Amino acid sequence: MAEAPLSKPQRASRKPRDHRPWYQAGFLLALNAWIPSWFKGEIFQGGIKGVCVPALNCYSCPSALGACPIGAMQTFFGGLRFNLSIAEKKFGLYVLGSMAAVGSAVGRLPCGWVCPFGFIQELVHKIPSPKLRIPHALTYLRYVFLAAMVVLLPLLVVDAFGYGQTWFCKWICPAGTLEAGLPLILIKPDLRPLVGFMYYWKVGLLVLFAAWFVFTIRPFCRTVCPLGAFWGLFNKASLFRMAVDDEKCTLCDACRKDCPVDVKIYESANSPDCIRCLKCVSSCKYGAISYEFLGKKETASDLRALRGGREEIRE
Amino acid sequence: MRRRLPWILLAASLALLTAGLLLGEYRTVLEKAITVCLDCIGIG
Repeated sequence: MAEAPLSKPQRASRKPRDHRPWYQAGFLLALNAWIPSWFKGEIFQGGIKGVCVPALNCYSCPSALGACPIGAMQTFFGGLRFNLSIAEKKFGLYVLGSMAAVGSAVGRLPCGWVCPFGFIQELVHKIPSPKLRIPHALTYLRYVFLAAMVVLLPLLVVDAFGYGQTWFCKWICPAGTLEAGLPLILIKPDLRPLVGFMYYWKVGLLVLFAAWFVFTIRPFCRTVCPLGAFWGLFNKASLFRMAVDDEKCTLCDACRKDCPVDVKIYESANSPDCIRCLKCVSSCKYGAISYEFLGKKETASDLRALRGGREEIRE
Repeated sequence: MRRRLPWILLAASLALLTAGLLLGEYRTVLEKAITVCLDCIGIG
């Protein structure tokens, strides 16, 4: 039986999840912290740039401190056939291992807390307008982008030397256009003569995506992002886990109304669509939604403390 | 098994990561990352 909603003084004290935009802004700055590059007209070239960051953050952004895992992965797949032909052992294990380590620890949590492009989408969505939902079937498209443009096309479509292209970066990625394409053309005049059809294609795509961000929240993350698609596969098997207490849940749908990716968490607590922003934990008046990481539980634990008893959380 | 699965996945991921590092893949990623990616910015 559902319990009465908590009155305001009983609600859990303010947690990091209540300040999430500040974390997102902090990560945006932290991942792109080498500001001097903007004035020198070049990109950061320090030795730490080989570290794969847990976000879709273009490494050609002038101030980017790390490597985009999706860009790096395509580079490996694109070069695999050539490397095999010269017996060079470069398989992309480092990038795959980096991505999978993040996924098996926290699943898609970096999408909700770290990714600068996700943050930008949420900011643009704050522009007042009619808000539209995405048909759920469209969310499966991101797996198509992951399989086709990150893995198969770079691997299978190769030039005379055996090199494949970075298809996703080249034809789709609006994060690359926003974080690198526009700024580099501004700060590096020598690149301007090279602007042609591809550049206009990518800028046009960015404009279309930006318009979509106004009407729909995080549409890129939900329908296109191959990194989110990859990490989503780990949501059900990561150390970080969401849980819904069926005894407390009233199916009031308040969690879904607040959810930036339109997940019905009461149907699937660890859905591959969930970006683990934890807004639902705050919005649930009944304390039905909790999360667990390395044995530590949140929210329901606040309630348990208030009510002085142990309660079973069902996943 | 369900409790162990995340740890098994994490261990396998770290093993892949380590193997990649031993094969010198960090250097490959670094070389790509410190070069302006013309594909990424739409002039490749």
